[in-house]
Amino acid sequence: MGLTITEKILAKASGKKGLIPGESIWVNVDILMTHDVCGPPTIAIWKKEFADKAKVWDKDKLVIFPDHYIFTSNVHANRNVDLLRQFAKEQNLPNYYDVGTERYKGVCHIALAEEGYNVPGTVLFGTDSHTCTSGAFGMFSTGVGNTDAAYILGTGTIWEKVPESMKFTFNGKMPEYLTAKDLILHILGDITTDGATYRAMEFDGEAISRMNMYERMTLTNMAIEAGGMNGVIAVDDVTREYLRDIGVTEYDEFTSDTDANYISSYSYDVTKMEPTVAKPHSPDNRDTVRNVERTKLTKCYIGSCTGGKITDFQFAAKILYGNKVQVPTFIVPASPSVAKQLEKETFSGRTLKEIFVNAGCIVAESSCAACLGGPSDTVGRSSDGDVVISTTNRNFPGRMGSKQSEVYLASPLTVAASAITGVITDPRKFI
Amino acid sequence: MVDKIIGKAYVLGDNIDTDQIIPAEHLVYSTSDPEELKKYGHFALSSVPQDKAGLPQGNTPFIIGDNHLSEYSVIIGGSNFGCGSSREHAPLALQVAGVKVVIAESYARIFFRNSVDGGFLVPFDSIDKLNLVIKTGDTVEVDLTTNSITNKTTGVEYKLKPLGSVYDIVKSGGLFNYARENKLI
Repeated sequence: MGLTITEKILAKASGKKGLIPGESIWVNVDILMTHDVCGPPTIAIWKKEFADKAKVWDKDKLVIFPDHYIFTSNVHANRNVDLLRQFAKEQNLPNYYDVGTERYKGVCHIALAEEGYNVPGTVLFGTDSHTCTSGAFGMFSTGVGNTDAAYILGTGTIWEKVPESMKFTFNGKMPEYLTAKDLILHILGDITTDGATYRAMEFDGEAISRMNMYERMTLTNMAIEAGGMNGVIAVDDVTREYLRDIGVTEYDEFTSDTDANYISSYSYDVTKMEPTVAKPHSPDNRDTVRNVERTKLTKCYIGSCTGGKITDFQFAAKILYGNKVQVPTFIVPASPSVAKQLEKETFSGRTLKEIFVNAGCIVAESSCAACLGGPSDTVGRSSDGDVVISTTNRNFPGRMGSKQSEVYLASPLTVAASAITGVITDPRKFI
Repeated sequence: MVDKIIGKAYVLGDNIDTDQIIPAEHLVYSTSDPEELKKYGHFALSSVPQDKAGLPQGNTPFIIGDNHLSEYSVIIGGSNFGCGSSREHAPLALQVAGVKVVIAESYARIFFRNSVDGGFLVPFDSIDKLNLVIKTGDTVEVDLTTNSITNKTTGVEYKLKPLGSVYDIVKSGGLFNYARENKLI
């Protein structure tokens, strides 16, 4: 029987010829990524457990991005960044991207793509659940906790259970009122927040082939919201072109065999799908935007690893152009590179940033910001009584700040349309 | 690994995500400073909505006042326990609060791994929907040798699923102990 992409990559990383889903294997890790929230406890565990034998297994393979709590007056949060800085200095780490310097890269999952750490056929572990984002590049990537990361830090290896694979095929050409976010929210409604637990989610079909890398990353990013171990999309010309532009030329391409085994397969016709939301308080609480229209809002938020990429702002600018927002609307680019592109890219003769500023949006600095609430001075954080519509990934109670707030997850098109009216609005009204 | 754990049960619903277990704003505290570590216990389960805190009646605080230790040492959850963010601070917070074992219908992968590899607590899978039959405050006895839980308040015993492939790591008390015992490091 044939193998899936995920099985082939894990076979290579564990030095095995064949694998059976469910079996526990030890894999060699190509990249370990951490950040300011989980980096300091990971380092503490590594120091304690390896004691005088503590040695970073491969400095070139460790990547550290402070990105979560970095623009705050919270002393404990700032201490975490100091700890990363000290560690990078003491270990002489080449891949530390310090905040407050030109090396700062913003939200880790987007930075991994932009800086060329996403290499097809490789294995990447990170101390963040959205590490699955990198799977858009035909690689295996998944999130782990601090103990596992500390183990990788000292040995370059970790145990993993080979996942069963699920396949999601999107047929047809994407209508202009839909984005990848609508597709993944749709899947979540179908399979729920534990529908892919311990499984790989593989995406393909015409709509995926025609998607750029950033839209593909929205799909793989939210694999974790279904409990997925990883999301994965095979390498094609779109991937190759993106990688060539950033100087990544050597890698292994894996594709799933035609007789590979999938635990389940889903097929969708995108031309029949509608703008979609996840209602409070779960990413699988799916509904059409149409059904929740006119829900009164107090805040709109466009940002995060899920919804703060350049493509998300291109979608939002198209709607916001020439309009004014009715409620506070936050624009939080995922990376400084995205922020720079907002000042360069134009739509109808205006830069995207001008469109947002003219519409009355608040444009903030790049970081994870209010996607996960954060310290009380975090920009865009939800307060008691807030009703927010957001391009982020989770709307569990309290995720964006107050547990007395309600969060709707939606595409950047839907969030932008809703910002203009102050109530949840179908983007088709503005297209 | 101890053989038996006796304690009071704290009962929760489905999809208890790690933001509810330990809200993100508290992740700034040091996990190696003994005093700051107590904060994790103090804020454990603090984002569970009031009406779902301590089922079936709800509105039962897990932590009282300024404490960091809970009177409950056994968590009974529903499906998909520990979903969401990868933060290892979640099983750590429960451990600091005094939780020894979680029994849920199913777990999110990262929470399960973190519980086992970090040696924070024992995550058992239940066979029955125990969060519908055990009540917050019931005294329960979990027997790790027979994979069972007895509700001492009602006298009823329920079987649990064996730990399977992670049993050896649980028995060693975490991944590092396991690796040292097996000469992996």
